[in-house]
Amino acid sequence: MRAFRVEVRVMPRGTLLDPQGQAVEHALHALGFDDVARVRMGKHMVLDVNAGSRDEALARARAMCDRLLANPVTEDYDLVVDGDAFR
Amino acid sequence: MKRVAVIVFPGSNCDAETLAAARAAGSDAYFVWHHDTDLRQADVVILPGGFSYGDYLRSGAIARFSSVMAAVSAHARAGGPVLGICNGFQILCEAGLLPGGLMRNARLRFLSRPAWVRVDQIDTPFTCLYEKGEVLEIPIAHGDGRYVVDPRTAAELEATGRVVWRYVRDNPNGSTNDIAGIVNAGRNVVGIMPHPERRMRAVLGAGNGDGDDGARVFHSMEARHATQHAVDVRAVDDRHLRV
Repeated sequence: MRAFRVEVRVMPRGTLLDPQGQAVEHALHALGFDDVARVRMGKHMVLDVNAGSRDEALARARAMCDRLLANPVTEDYDLVVDGDAFR
Repeated sequence: MKRVAVIVFPGSNCDAETLAAARAAGSDAYFVWHHDTDLRQADVVILPGGFSYGDYLRSGAIARFSSVMAAVSAHARAGGPVLGICNGFQILCEAGLLPGGLMRNARLRFLSRPAWVRVDQIDTPFTCLYEKGEVLEIPIAHGDGRYVVDPRTAAELEATGRVVWRYVRDNPNGSTNDIAGIVNAGRNVVGIMPHPERRMRAVLGAGNGDGDDGARVFHSMEARHATQHAVDVRAVDDRHLRV
């Protein structure tokens, strides 16, 4: 058993309106960053998960996302375990 | 006289008005703390408005795992009436007792002002004393009020008459199909974003004498007809046998 560093990225589902992302995009345009488009805002969570293997840590993190950390109706998530990305 | 449990979460802030509204309608209403596991023979459960757990993570996301929610789910699954107002609606969605979810208002601002809603369905435990098509003035007070649901479920809600209240005149938060409130397939679990408990007396309106537009939500649950009792009697754990 050891602690695996898990990063959880939760994003509003792509088809849904993201007013926060839009507001930030407008602010960037107002500052002259005209090369910016399709800004979206999500959440980034970092946790230590004690597990016997990386796969086990990944499975536990997925369970946490499915039950609490992400809302399956409105959000998508992806995971990074010890620096390796997983969908 | 119905026994009405008003659930209190850390961060609930409409619990007292909701209790007063239920009592004014003649109910035997009482508070149940979120740590409790017993609804004390409740006939009706109300999840009030507020900011449970500071709206951390998502509105309602943490409250839905409170100890009391297992009892609320059991009550709902047994056919018992449940009303979620504002944060209560968000909690019911997070708990999966109602479909969809509530996201940040389309124009980001926290909205605290009167809104106008039309009663589209009156065959629910909380709208049976209204007339279909009646337009009510009821305040909203929310930052996350934009009802979102996948297109298939939205079509199903429309086809099966499960949109109970709809915003009229304007859509304050960008809600799908102007939805302000819905009911589950069993027609016993209802969620509403506006606050009917804040419109319990004529004097509370905008001067049009409509300040009690919300009162019949609470009178409806008290006046619920006998067939609802028949459902209640079949509920689990003897909870409804006293009805």
